[in-house]
Amino acid sequence: MSTWAAVLGLAAGAFALKLAGWLVPARVFEDPRVRRGTLLVPVALLAALVVVQTAADGRALVVDARLAGLAAGAVALALRAPFLVLVVVAAATAAVVRALA
Amino acid sequence: MAVGAYGLSFGAAAVTAGLSPVQACALSVLVFTGASQFALVGVLGAGGGAVPAVLGGLLLGARNTLYAVRLADLLGLRGLRRVVAAHLTIDESTAMGTAAPPPLAGLAFWSTGLSVFVLWNAATLLGAVGAGVVDVRALGLDAAVGAAFLGLLALQVRDRTALAVAVAGTLVALVAVPLTPPGVPVLLAALAVLPAVVRR
Repeated sequence: MSTWAAVLGLAAGAFALKLAGWLVPARVFEDPRVRRGTLLVPVALLAALVVVQTAADGRALVVDARLAGLAAGAVALALRAPFLVLVVVAAATAAVVRALA
Repeated sequence: MAVGAYGLSFGAAAVTAGLSPVQACALSVLVFTGASQFALVGVLGAGGGAVPAVLGGLLLGARNTLYAVRLADLLGLRGLRRVVAAHLTIDESTAMGTAAPPPLAGLAFWSTGLSVFVLWNAATLLGAVGAGVVDVRALGLDAAVGAAFLGLLALQVRDRTALAVAVAGTLVALVAVPLTPPGVPVLLAALAVLPAVVRR
């Protein structure tokens, strides 16, 4: 139930953010600090999501097969692999590490 | 091609995080902005509540507001077309619309937005259904979600300031995970942009 609330809440909010840009006078968004902040916030959040997704189990920091998968994905990224290759390499690496453990 | 891969990963990530395939597809139809959708399922999958999950998604969606400001100036739409255009305001359609020669800006925006919408939703459905019938852990799909975030992050890190923010966001999350409830570390990481924003 609360998952649906989250789904619909984000749907409403994300659309409001998009529509606001079409309706609100442009000068509101001209402050360079607002622009910089808006474009940099995703960078900080995505970095944190990498941490939460690969090194956290609830409130514990853990090292497991997911970290090996991420490391392999990082190598693929450094070799300029496309997105699909990146995620497949990460998944396969984690699967192999788990199978061996 | 890249959109299909993102969509597949998103559908699989959503189901891995505990959403139903219907919820995954509803996100792709109704939210239709990839990074925000990934953030929502990432926080929910980590055990976070609906409120931090939605806030995280909205923080990632705020850049669409800036895109819309540029597009509104460029395309000058009115009425219902403006509402539909708002829904299609994402990275790809903005990039194509603003890069095209001005007479073709509208065509580039609409054709990109609509084709990405179709592809994104079809791929989400495939990924969600696919992940529902396999053993997520044995295939390492949970690790693929973290890698997907890394891939999204790499697209956004284009200069040293962004790299510094990424490092700071990582450190904030590492410190916050043991100290705060799930979902909160991701929101706290947003504070990592403050030094770069306040500085002159």
